[in-house]
Amino acid sequence: MGNAYTVPAIIVVTLVTVAIGFYGLTLARTTSDFLVASRMVSPTWNAAAIGGEYLSAASFLGIAGLILKYGVDVLWYPVGFAAGYLALLLFVAAPLRRSGAFTLPDFCELRLGSRRLRKLATLFVVFIGWLYLVPQLQGAGLTLTTVAGGPYELGALLVAAVVTANVALGGMRAVTFVQAFQYWLKLTALAVPAIFLVLQWQADARPPVTPVGGPVFPAATTVVVEEPATLTLPDGSFREVRPGEELTFAAGEPVPEISSVDAAGGLDWLLPSMAGDDDRGLFATYSLILATFLGTMGLPHVLVRFYTNPDGAAARRTTLVVLALVGAFYLFPTLYGVLGRIYTPQLLLTGRTDAVVVLLPGAALGDGLTGQLLAALVAAGAFAAFLSTSSGLLTSVAGVLSTDVLGRGSVRDFRLATVVAGLVPMVLALNVSGMDVSQVVGLAFAVAASSFCPLLVLGIWWRGLTDAGAAAGILVGGGAAVGAVLFTVTGPELAGWPAVLIAQPAAWTVPLAFTVMVTVSWATRRRAPTDVAATMLRLHAPETLRL
Amino acid sequence: MAIPVDPQPKPGPPGPARRTRVVLAEVARVGTGAERTRAELTEQTQVGEALVRGLVRAQLALALRLSLVVGIGLGGLPLLFAIAPEVGAAKLFGVNLPWLLLGLAAFPFLVAVGWAYVHLAERNEQDFTDVVQRPER
Repeated sequence: MGNAYTVPAIIVVTLVTVAIGFYGLTLARTTSDFLVASRMVSPTWNAAAIGGEYLSAASFLGIAGLILKYGVDVLWYPVGFAAGYLALLLFVAAPLRRSGAFTLPDFCELRLGSRRLRKLATLFVVFIGWLYLVPQLQGAGLTLTTVAGGPYELGALLVAAVVTANVALGGMRAVTFVQAFQYWLKLTALAVPAIFLVLQWQADARPPVTPVGGPVFPAATTVVVEEPATLTLPDGSFREVRPGEELTFAAGEPVPEISSVDAAGGLDWLLPSMAGDDDRGLFATYSLILATFLGTMGLPHVLVRFYTNPDGAAARRTTLVVLALVGAFYLFPTLYGVLGRIYTPQLLLTGRTDAVVVLLPGAALGDGLTGQLLAALVAAGAFAAFLSTSSGLLTSVAGVLSTDVLGRGSVRDFRLATVVAGLVPMVLALNVSGMDVSQVVGLAFAVAASSFCPLLVLGIWWRGLTDAGAAAGILVGGGAAVGAVLFTVTGPELAGWPAVLIAQPAAWTVPLAFTVMVTVSWATRRRAPTDVAATMLRLHAPETLRL
Repeated sequence: MAIPVDPQPKPGPPGPARRTRVVLAEVARVGTGAERTRAELTEQTQVGEALVRGLVRAQLALALRLSLVVGIGLGGLPLLFAIAPEVGAAKLFGVNLPWLLLGLAAFPFLVAVGWAYVHLAERNEQDFTDVVQRPER
C-alpha cells in the first residue's frame, strides 16, 4: 500500500530469525542439546521464550480486531489468555517439571504407565498443534496481502517454509533464543506505535471513541464491497450493494451498518452484555473464560518449555514471570481496537478487522516517514508472531511425532518429523479458506481445556486416576470439543442455543471431561497404578530434599 | 528402614583384644531422625505416606483457595455486569468501569495472585522440608 519499509522489515525479521536459529545450531551438539536446550536456559530467557511462543497471530492481530468489532465483551480474550498462565502456575507448573515429562504423552506414561493412553494423547497433541498452526499460516497470508499486496498463498508458504527449516535445522535450543527475541520484538512493535498513536489522538483534540451518531469516517474513504449485503444508512433507509461496487464516503460522514459483518454498535460495544431474555451472551462469555483459563495448560507447545527449567521452584518462578510479561503485552491490543474505532472504521464495513493493528499506524499518523516506519514495525511484529508461535507448535508436534510415531527420537527422526508436521498445516492453510483466525484459536483452547486440562489436574492431584478413566475422559470430553470444532468449521450455520453451544463448547465439554474421568476412574479403581505413592512423592516433594 | 544398632558392642574374646572397627559416623547417620524420615519417604512407610499426603493436600488447598479468589474476583464480573448494569455503565476517569477492570486492572491482579501463590507454595515446601529434616520427632 505504498509503504516502502514494510516488505524490507518483514524480510529483516525473517532473516534475523533464521540467523539466530543458525547461531543456536552451532551450539547444539548432542541430541539432548538439540531437544531440550540441555536445561541450561535461565528463567528470564525461558520466560521470554514462553511469552514469545505464546503470543500468536490471535494475540497480536486477532484481539484488537475483535475489540474493534465487538467491544467490551471480548476483553475476556486477553484476560483469559493471561489467566491461563495463573491456572498453569497454580495446578501444573512445579509438579509437571518434577515429573520429568518432556511432552504430554510422556506425562501419561510416567503417571499412568499406559502405552495406549500415550498414543491417544499423541493424537490430541497433533490435532491441537495443527488446529493452532493453520490460523497462524492464514494470518501470515492475510498480513502479507494487507500490507504488501502480495498473494495470500505466498505469505502462508513463506512462513511455513521458514519455520519448518528453522526448527528442523536448529531444534529447541535455537528456538529458545528465537522465541525470547520474538517476545521483545512483539512487545516493542505494539508498544512504540501505541505511544505515537495516543499522542496523535491527543493532538487531534481527543475525538470521542463512541460518538453519539456512531463511528464516523475520519477522512474521505472508498470501500470496495466484497459480498452482497444490505447497508443500513444513518437515516434508517436500506440499500442493497453488490460485490465490486465502490462506496465513497466523505470525511465526517457516519459509518453505515452492513449486514455481512456482525459487529456491535454504540452502547452494545461500550457496555457489557446484560441479563434479561437472552442469556446466550453470558453463557458464551463464561464458556470463553473456561476455555482460555483452563486451555493454556493443555497447549502442547507451552508444556514442552517447562522441561527446560532446572527444577520445580524454577518452573514456578518462570511461570510467574511469563504471567507478568504476557499481561504487559495484553495492555496494548485493547488500545489498538479502541483507536481503530476512530481511525479505521472502514474495517467495520469490509469485516477485515484483523487488519486493524497493521493498518492503524498508517491511518492515524498519515503517510509521513513516522507513520510509514511505525507501520513497518507493526508488520514486522506481526510476522514475528506468526514465526514464533508456528516454531513452538511445530517443535512440539514434531517432538511427539518423532518419539511416538517415527521411532526413538533421534535427531534425524526429529528432522523428518518436522517436515511432515509442517507440510500438513501448510496444505490445509492453502485449501481451507474462510476460517476466522481468533475463532479457530479459541476452539483450540476449548479442545485443550476439555482433554489435557482434566488429565493434568487429576493426574497431579488425585491418586485415584486410572488409565481407563483418563482415556474415557479425553475421548468423551476432548472428542466432544473436537466434534464441535469440526462442525463449526465444516457444518451448516446454526441459530439460537445450538449455535452458542457449538461455537463456545468449553462450558459443557470441560465439566463433561472431568465427570467422565472421575467416574470411570472410580469404577475401574483396581487399575490404579501401584506406584502412585512414589509418583506423588516425586511430583510434589521439593528438590532441596534430594530424595 | 532403620537398621537396628546394638548399643552395647559384644565383648571381644578374652585374651589379646582383637581390633574392632567402630565407625561412629555410620551409626550416627543411620540413627538421626532426618535420615529415618527420608527413608520413610522413599520407602513409603505409613509415616512417609502421611507426610506426602499432607504436603499434597496443603498445596492443593492453597491452589484451590487462590483460584477461588480469581473465580470470584474476575469470574464474578460478567454476572455482576449482567445483573447490575449500572456498575457496567459507571465511569472512572471518564472511562467505563468494565474497560478499566478488564483492560487494565485484571493483569496486575493476576500477577499479584501468582506472586502470592509462589510465596505460599514455597513456604509449604519449606515446612515439609523442616519436618523431614528435623533431627528428632
